[in-house]
Amino acid sequence: MTAFLKLLFRNRLAALGAVVLSVILILVLLTPVLPLQNPDITATADRFQKPFTEGHLLGTDHLGRDLLSRLLHGTRLSLAVGIAAALIAATIGSAIGIVAGYFGGRADNIIMRGVDMLMAFPYILLALAIVAALGPGLMNALIAVAAVNVPFFARNIRGITVGLAGREFIDAARLAGMGHIRIILTELLPNVLPVIIIAMSTTVGWMILETAGLSFLGLGSQPPQADLGSMLGEARSALISHPHTSVVPGIMIFLIVMSINLLGDGVRDALDPRLRSGALSRPRAMTLVERKGEVPAPTDDLLAIQDLQTQFHVGGRVYRAVGGVSLSVKQGECLGVIGESGSGKSVTALSVMGLVASPPGVITGGAVRFQGEDLIGASYESLRQKRGDRVAYIFQDPLSTLHPLYRVGRQLSEAIQSHHDIPKADAQARAVQLLRDVRIPNAEARVDNYPHELSGGMRQRVGIAMALANEPDVIIADEPTTALDVTVQAQILSLLDDLRRERGLAIIFITHDFGVVAQLCDRIAVMYAGRIVEEGPTSSVLEAPAHPYTKRLIACVPELGGGQRELAAIPGLPPLVDDLPPGCAFAPRCEKAQDTCRTSEVMLKGDTSRAVRCHYPEEAV
Amino acid sequence: MGGYIVKRLISAVPVLLGITIIVFLIMSLIPGDPATAILGSYATPENVEKLNRDLGLDKPVITRYFIWITNMLTGDFGRSYSLNRPVIDEVLERFNATLILAGTAFVLCSVLGILAGVISAARQYGVADKIITFVVLIGISVPSFFLGMMMILLFAVNLRWLPVSGMYAIYGGGDLPDLLRHLIMPALALAAVATGVIARLSRSAMLEVLRQDFIRTARAKGVPERRVIMGHALRAAMVSIIPVLGIQAGFVLSGAVYIEIVFQWPGVGRMLVDAILKRDLLLVQGGVVFVAACYVLFNIAVDVAQSLLDPRIKT
Repeated sequence: MTAFLKLLFRNRLAALGAVVLSVILILVLLTPVLPLQNPDITATADRFQKPFTEGHLLGTDHLGRDLLSRLLHGTRLSLAVGIAAALIAATIGSAIGIVAGYFGGRADNIIMRGVDMLMAFPYILLALAIVAALGPGLMNALIAVAAVNVPFFARNIRGITVGLAGREFIDAARLAGMGHIRIILTELLPNVLPVIIIAMSTTVGWMILETAGLSFLGLGSQPPQADLGSMLGEARSALISHPHTSVVPGIMIFLIVMSINLLGDGVRDALDPRLRSGALSRPRAMTLVERKGEVPAPTDDLLAIQDLQTQFHVGGRVYRAVGGVSLSVKQGECLGVIGESGSGKSVTALSVMGLVASPPGVITGGAVRFQGEDLIGASYESLRQKRGDRVAYIFQDPLSTLHPLYRVGRQLSEAIQSHHDIPKADAQARAVQLLRDVRIPNAEARVDNYPHELSGGMRQRVGIAMALANEPDVIIADEPTTALDVTVQAQILSLLDDLRRERGLAIIFITHDFGVVAQLCDRIAVMYAGRIVEEGPTSSVLEAPAHPYTKRLIACVPELGGGQRELAAIPGLPPLVDDLPPGCAFAPRCEKAQDTCRTSEVMLKGDTSRAVRCHYPEEAV
Repeated sequence: MGGYIVKRLISAVPVLLGITIIVFLIMSLIPGDPATAILGSYATPENVEKLNRDLGLDKPVITRYFIWITNMLTGDFGRSYSLNRPVIDEVLERFNATLILAGTAFVLCSVLGILAGVISAARQYGVADKIITFVVLIGISVPSFFLGMMMILLFAVNLRWLPVSGMYAIYGGGDLPDLLRHLIMPALALAAVATGVIARLSRSAMLEVLRQDFIRTARAKGVPERRVIMGHALRAAMVSIIPVLGIQAGFVLSGAVYIEIVFQWPGVGRMLVDAILKRDLLLVQGGVVFVAACYVLFNIAVDVAQSLLDPRIKT
């Protein structure tokens, strides 16, 4: 509870709301003892006095009554009526909701049908009908406002109760022979109460406003008694000649509603801190770049990642997801990047085209060069023109990576039309051809399907077709086969391999699966904790791993027909990238680690053809 | 699609019946003798008895309900005692004016609210976002009737840009430009709160969508950012915005009652308030049932729009 309050008051606006509301509440509670004039004594000689006149701080109204006194008494009445309406609505609504939710079945059905009917009304029609039947008056307005809000509570509380009614402690109470009423009062109610209170706190401002509204219409409080609404309603006839009589109660209503809104927002945010953490937000079109240090010189590779550093800045913490990674591919080459989840391989891949979610992602160093041109420092437009055109991506899990509301044909033709100014019909024809290229049967019909109408394998093929749409030079495939079953996986791998040989495409293939790497890649880079620990030709890395981590990783792979050999899981967990050790990141899990491994940084030794980051490698490189 | 619309229309029948039952029950709350309540305590016994006969008040409750509902189905909503004309004629005439006001306000709050929410989300924590968030906070906290009064003071009285009230100028008005000049202030005042609510919701819906994987896909294939936001993201966000538009339409319709009073707009809301103050209960009853029924039909239209947008909804 204290943590909640701390969180609430760290939000300055919520604190402001709380202060304003408290001041109003204190004033209103003290009203009877404050030295105020009688709010109902008329003095026609003093009518329409301006604010700040002697004896009338806020002036007087059309009957010469003191506005300050009327304002405080009116606020008192408005708040009392609004809170009373909220209490009544909450009590009756919750009772209905609990009964419906607890008993379920037919009772629930009938009650909720009734609630739905009530909610089919615009709220004021219901309130007006009730006031029409009962006659105008503050009490009847209160009844009307409470009644209109009953369905809201009934529906919310029923939802909570249905969830609770199926839980073990209710069953236990029933088996212990407790009666329904006792179960509801002693077991259910204490659990539902917090929800009721929160629902009340979010609706009480609304109910104050609604009762003020009915009074404004002349259907609520009747003269001489006045709440804020009827003060405003009476002042309306003098609006043009004496606006202060309208402004005074109007601003009071505004202050009350605004402070309740601010406080309500604060409560909501404090209960759901996820909303404010910023970790969830990524509205930027490209990753934020705050590059420090020198930019590495260009090379003659097709795509070169040079000493890339990408971090996530979340609430003061810095996560070094990619800590100085260099990789490169030539035309027609396939490079496998392998590592456990969280090793930074996907973030490396997304950094290439500035696709790391930002905020919180920031590229803090290094370069990515496509045909020598630096992409990290490039403008948005020059980056956009290469995205999907020269460098294309294939992502994991195509159900979430394809747009659910667009037909696949349109998603394909859009990829083309974003880079080529061609007619829609041509783009559509090309989309059909692309689907044929990735061997989707009946492509003419499939272009008109939505993603949810396709199987997982077909969606993945659509993802590949999209990457191929503009015949790119480089494809970055981020675990494109992980979600698929083995036969589909094999088909897709051979499809990618064919394309590489036919079109001279360079592929960066990210995976945690050695089998896939062995089948497709010329070279392998192994990543651990945001760095490359070993690199070399596929066969030499697989057959003679130099880094202890690579060796143990390969040992984890079960072999078909390998007998009942015990699988050698790596003890411990990968380090957290916001708290990396000064030396080798793998040292805490490594059997061969010495003191030097833990204290001093280990450099990558060797050249791009074969390199390892270890003081005591398994094999000499 | 046609089948879906028919299905939704059929499902509305029990809701419409429920509405009539609820209104009928509320009206039977009237303390004492309804005929006296309608005609006032000075009514002659003959008139009271005649009205009792007309309304079927001497018959059992169930019979009375069926008489009432069969009459309504034939377009007979009874006769207004204060206006001395058929209820349905008055309601239709007034509803027309409300539709112009509430319809304009609804379009305004949808367009402005979604636009503000989209800009706010695309520039999260930027200057535009902060300004919009602040204006929205003010907007949802000002009671519409107070906002309307302040607008009259500023734009009609002080600046003299717009007419103070009414729907048409009394002399020489009556054409479209005249209507528009009278419409601007009440429509804006009525739209304010709903605009704020829709802007807030659109902002959070857009932020939710912008972190989805398919947005990254759109960017990865080089779709220009404007299209990513206004196309891919907004379209997906509309799935959660449209139901709220339906709910807000109800609030706009409700708020119209206050705005019609403030701006002397000859709509159904003002008619209802006048009718309540004059105890013209048949007019209240007819007006409430008619407007509620229209709102139910409007919500069906919202559901149909939703199913057109989202192919995953089974039609």
